[in-house]
Amino acid sequence: MKGATIIFYLLAALTLVCGVLSVTTRQIFRAAIYLLFSLIGIAGLYFWMDYQFIAAVQIVVYVGGIVVLIIFSIFLTQQAGEKLPKQKLGRKIFSALAVFCAFALAMLQLYQHTFYETAEEPVPATVANIGHRMLSVKEGGYALPFEVVSILLLAALIGCIVIALRSKPETT
Amino acid sequence: MMEPGLYQLLFISIALFFIGVYGFFTRRNLITMLMSVELVLNSVNLNFIAFNKYLWPGKMDGLFFTVFVIAIAAAEAAVAIAIIINLYRSHQSIDVENAEELKY
Repeated sequence: MKGATIIFYLLAALTLVCGVLSVTTRQIFRAAIYLLFSLIGIAGLYFWMDYQFIAAVQIVVYVGGIVVLIIFSIFLTQQAGEKLPKQKLGRKIFSALAVFCAFALAMLQLYQHTFYETAEEPVPATVANIGHRMLSVKEGGYALPFEVVSILLLAALIGCIVIALRSKPETT
Repeated sequence: MMEPGLYQLLFISIALFFIGVYGFFTRRNLITMLMSVELVLNSVNLNFIAFNKYLWPGKMDGLFFTVFVIAIAAAEAAVAIAIIINLYRSHQSIDVENAEELKY
């Protein structure tokens, strides 16, 4: 067995085990830390697939941005050391049953389906290639979605400020 | 043990998606529900990248979709956390059962 195979299965196990722990643990801070390791596992899978740029974006945006934001909001809204209330057993059982049935259905569909690879010349996903495609306005370029996303980010930024501002006079 | 390929990556993606859905069903705290949504979005990203690598290596569309999904997920998380903190200020709780009204 090759080393790459072993690394792949280790990363897969890290991602899935930490994901399961993140949605089942009753301590919210631990849930955030397990989410962090799950996201790092996914970044490792991107590295395994030779998409270094996406892996770097994943680590910078998710691990460095979103998880830190979540941890800060936990500090702001949660009493230290307090566990989440226990869920009803019936709700847990029915959710697990529904999720398992849907998972089995999706896996059945996956293994009955055959994918056909296209015989194209592989384009290396280097940063130079990505930059050229992202700012190109020709066929297959992504300049318009890039601009739309920048407008969306600006709107989200202003929206956050407005939401955070409005409640201040009411609380004081 | 099988050689890892497209099917193994899709298995991870599907499993992660349904882990996130399970968390969304069972959790009643808004922050943990947001974490479950992040897991779902990550499984979608993994799907895009796997298809791009194994089925269309000559194109980069899956890669760009992943970049845009990550950007939109970051915006979504920031807005959601602003709403959650605002809700905590007015209700002293971030349980979905207590957040029944949109305006007060």
